[in-house]
Amino acid sequence: MGISTESQFHVLAVDDNLIDRKLIERLLKTSSYQVTTVDSGIKALEFLGVHEDDQSNPDIPSVFPNTHQEVEVNLIITDYCMPGMTGYDLLRKIKESSSLRNIPVVIMSSENVPSRISRCLEEGAEEFFLKPVQLADVNRLRPHIMKTKPKDQHEDKQENKEEELGKPEFQSREEKEQQQQQQHHHLQQQHSNSNKRKALEEGLSPDRTRPRYNNGLTTVV
Amino acid sequence: MDKNHLQRQLEMKRSLLDQGYLDEQFIQLEELEDGDNPNFVEETVTTFYANSARLLQNIEQALGSRPIDFTALDNCMHQFKSSSTSIGATRVKKECTLFMEYCEAANAEGCIRTFRQVKQEHASLKTKLENYFKLARQGGTSAGGHAGRS
Repeated sequence: MGISTESQFHVLAVDDNLIDRKLIERLLKTSSYQVTTVDSGIKALEFLGVHEDDQSNPDIPSVFPNTHQEVEVNLIITDYCMPGMTGYDLLRKIKESSSLRNIPVVIMSSENVPSRISRCLEEGAEEFFLKPVQLADVNRLRPHIMKTKPKDQHEDKQENKEEELGKPEFQSREEKEQQQQQQHHHLQQQHSNSNKRKALEEGLSPDRTRPRYNNGLTTVV
Repeated sequence: MDKNHLQRQLEMKRSLLDQGYLDEQFIQLEELEDGDNPNFVEETVTTFYANSARLLQNIEQALGSRPIDFTALDNCMHQFKSSSTSIGATRVKKECTLFMEYCEAANAEGCIRTFRQVKQEHASLKTKLENYFKLARQGGTSAGGHAGRS
């Protein structure tokens, strides 16, 4: 039995809609990811080992490592419109958590609302997919997931990447904000385009500089 | 695999697409079928119809209450529309969109009238898809053309 590196990637999918959960699960499994689906933001946080009442003090470690989480989560993909905790709320909680903020988060929505999209990107979402999500969208997850590869697999590449960047992890948020402003600008130009897929692709064109990814680590999407 | 059946299956699908009952999303679902998941489309559609029956009932009830809670209606329909979109049910989706516009305008009559259309399209598509899957089974293939059934 061959062990592919992809089989180690685990995606947590959050959506209150049953059909959409089924669909995203199939899409992710087709792409050889391990998948866990939950139907709410609360359940997602529980799965990630975060407890609501721990959020008040960000200095206190709010994640119980490994005791609650049996499998590492490499990416979280969540619907935006959910009752109670929205996908945006969930995104914020994840980014506020010292242990979870490095997990890439992708937002899905059935509505193309530019202000919603930019708000999510500004809050740290890696991508914003319009529903219904398709295989082409899931293919874009790869570079984001790769950056959370288990250390023993990609340790050398990780070190090289840091050398090339010349800056520690915590400074990359400024970079990310710049990139997201560029991305937002692209999306604003394109949101009137009726072809949503084209809009997203042009908004995330390869010539947008993303120092974390353009050093040959990722394959062309 | 019966060539005749496959041909008829493809023609039926073409017809459903041309008439706007289904769209590209349905094709996307079929592309997700493989040897390990040969019946994904039919399973998803079955789940859709099982699930949507409940949603439609909730909407029916909400439309019957006075005063009408348009926010609750909108939320319910949003769910239903989302599911319909995900299986590629174009006509159903269009009626849903119209319904939600009436909700936003708090137009009760518009909602009631449009809901009849929603139910009609929903039922109509169900029959057509049942025929489609039946044909696929008879031909020894699943909806996506995979020989997954014995």
